[in-house]
Amino acid sequence: MPESPPRVGLFVTCLVDLFRPSVGFAAVKLLEDVGCTVEVPEAQTCCGQPAHNSGDRADARAIALNVIAAFRGFDYVVVPSGSCGGMIVKHYPELFDTGSAGHEEALHLARRTHELTSFLTRVMKVDKVEARFPARATYHDSCSGLRELGIREEPRKLLASVEGVSLREMTDADVCCGFGGTFCVKYPGISDKMLEKKLRHIEATGADTLIAGDMGCLMNMAGKLKRVGSAIKVRHVAEVLAGDYATPPIAEAE
Amino acid sequence: MTEMSTTAFKDNVAKALADDQLQFAMTETGPRFIAKRTKAREALPEFDQLRDQARGIKDHVLDHLDIYLERYEAKVKETGGHVHWAETPDEARAAVLEICRKANAKMVTKGKSMISEEIDLNRHLEENGITPVETDLGEYIIQLRNERPSHIIAPAVHLTRGQVEADFRRVHTHLDPGRDLSEIPSLVEEARGVLRRKYLTADVGITGANFLIAETGSSIIVTNEGNGDLTQTLPKVHIVLASIEKLVPTLEDATTILRVLARSATGQEFSNYTTFSTGGRRPGDPDGPAEYHVILLDNGRANVLGTEFQDMLRCIRCGACLNHCPVYNAVGGHAYGWVYPGPIGSVVTPALVGIEKARHLPNASTFCGRCEEVCPMRIPIPKMLRHWREKEFERHLQPTTMRWGLGLWAWVAKRPKLYRRATALAARVLANQAHGKGRLKKAPLASGWTEFRDFPAPQGKTFHRLWKERRS
Repeated sequence: MPESPPRVGLFVTCLVDLFRPSVGFAAVKLLEDVGCTVEVPEAQTCCGQPAHNSGDRADARAIALNVIAAFRGFDYVVVPSGSCGGMIVKHYPELFDTGSAGHEEALHLARRTHELTSFLTRVMKVDKVEARFPARATYHDSCSGLRELGIREEPRKLLASVEGVSLREMTDADVCCGFGGTFCVKYPGISDKMLEKKLRHIEATGADTLIAGDMGCLMNMAGKLKRVGSAIKVRHVAEVLAGDYATPPIAEAE
Repeated sequence: MTEMSTTAFKDNVAKALADDQLQFAMTETGPRFIAKRTKAREALPEFDQLRDQARGIKDHVLDHLDIYLERYEAKVKETGGHVHWAETPDEARAAVLEICRKANAKMVTKGKSMISEEIDLNRHLEENGITPVETDLGEYIIQLRNERPSHIIAPAVHLTRGQVEADFRRVHTHLDPGRDLSEIPSLVEEARGVLRRKYLTADVGITGANFLIAETGSSIIVTNEGNGDLTQTLPKVHIVLASIEKLVPTLEDATTILRVLARSATGQEFSNYTTFSTGGRRPGDPDGPAEYHVILLDNGRANVLGTEFQDMLRCIRCGACLNHCPVYNAVGGHAYGWVYPGPIGSVVTPALVGIEKARHLPNASTFCGRCEEVCPMRIPIPKMLRHWREKEFERHLQPTTMRWGLGLWAWVAKRPKLYRRATALAARVLANQAHGKGRLKKAPLASGWTEFRDFPAPQGKTFHRLWKERRS
């Protein structure tokens, strides 16, 4: 770790930017609390995953180059999402020919980029946060965070340190909720079947709050929970760790 | 045969989701496979190292496939067997038929073989006056129903016990209506009774192969019912149907891969029967077929060598990716519309039937990555599905609305200033439409979403706008 405070570039993610800025501010608070200076490069838009997963390599590459340029010079890049984090860490280097300048730059960015909870625990060596958040909670592992970045214990460890949070594991916490980016609108019936199973497991825990680290999964699960009239509140892990219970849960009235 | 189609994927899915029996069958068996594999894996600390070794063996074979195929052919000939090369399903079917005709076959018994499904062999035999009898219990059941397998190793996994009982009562007219067939063992016993008689009268036995071994010219099948052994030893002719990527160099290599195969498939350490066959009956052998034939099918596989899809040829057809796939578990195997369902099927099918006909399959994935996580051969399935989407994109096969929509989005996403304005507007409009309720029942261009879910509304201002306001 550098002697001076680590200079962190926040990759906001398009969903946090558009739908839920409170997650971005919670992330900023968490990073500043552990002594980072946080900047938000203006030239960022999206990580390019929709293009990449639709087979459009040219646009994915162009957007990746934009992100690479926007985040030059930071000690770290932190992302409040395992999915966008996985895109930068695992997929950006694949977009460029090995040995090319783009590939080198992609690798350089990938090495500095971390999902939020894993950054706090692995890089900043934090295992607790000073926060209070009343919640009987269950945690859903988002697929990319879990399988591309190996994030499993990190959010649970931090959540366990929040005063007022009690965690209970759901069955199949590591099974996809059916979001899958454009998948959920291309094949809504399959997505819904996956969601139904997820909801059963969530409800079986008796939790009053569902927590996860990715806005895509959260919006998907919150949308279904609210459609069926569930009272379970849905939160991004950053909001809970930052103790932000003033902001209404996802898909809830102000 | 129930006709199936990869192009009708969306219709197949709708049918599958509305099929209560299927949904019941899938929820019963899916979790069981997963629990058994997990247990088997935990009991073998070197499991992941074995996976690496297994991958290494297959990669080596695929890089030198021509050499091993020739070596294998020479060995089979040395042991008195015959090798028939089939580039297409037509050639493979013709080769089988010719052997059957020479043997004057009226009936053939069959062990489980996915290649037989791939070349639609049963239909061809029937059209030519030869009766095929499936001897694997699952295959036997779906033959009664005139269906395709819905799973690579558990062909009838889409059925409930009640459905199977009804089929038996419909076809086995000798059955006493009072006999209890409600439990699996009684169904097995009933099928066995019928099949025993067939083994003894069949003229030809056809099996698949899990491995072909270059150093000895042997083929290996793994089964749990023993039906494969009876199929290949009792008739006077044994035909092995296999595709070219089944080759491994040595017996040692085969045993390494066997250690991950059954564990990944059924959670067993080994299948009940691992049966080696090397040529036909030799002088002094108490039993065995007089003739031994191997039909080696290419059907597009050689074209995959050296491409970004080569890794798919490492597949040993264990079915673990199916068992762990939430999409497969939601819709079952028939929805995929062809022979190989599930994640690996969505990689293999476009290679064998063409991406034009199978474009839905690589798209029907959330890229959750569970398939790759459990694949004993470490096939990067999500990456290959994405490669198929790239082919689809290159060839303009996506629906126009999707393509234009994503194109427009990407065009804006490459222009940060424009993007900022567009997102600020979208956030404000959608937030206003929600009228403080935090969500929308309907949203523009989002019917796929709102059919089943509410649409969470934006908080109102974008993060970037608020950041600017707060930091200035």
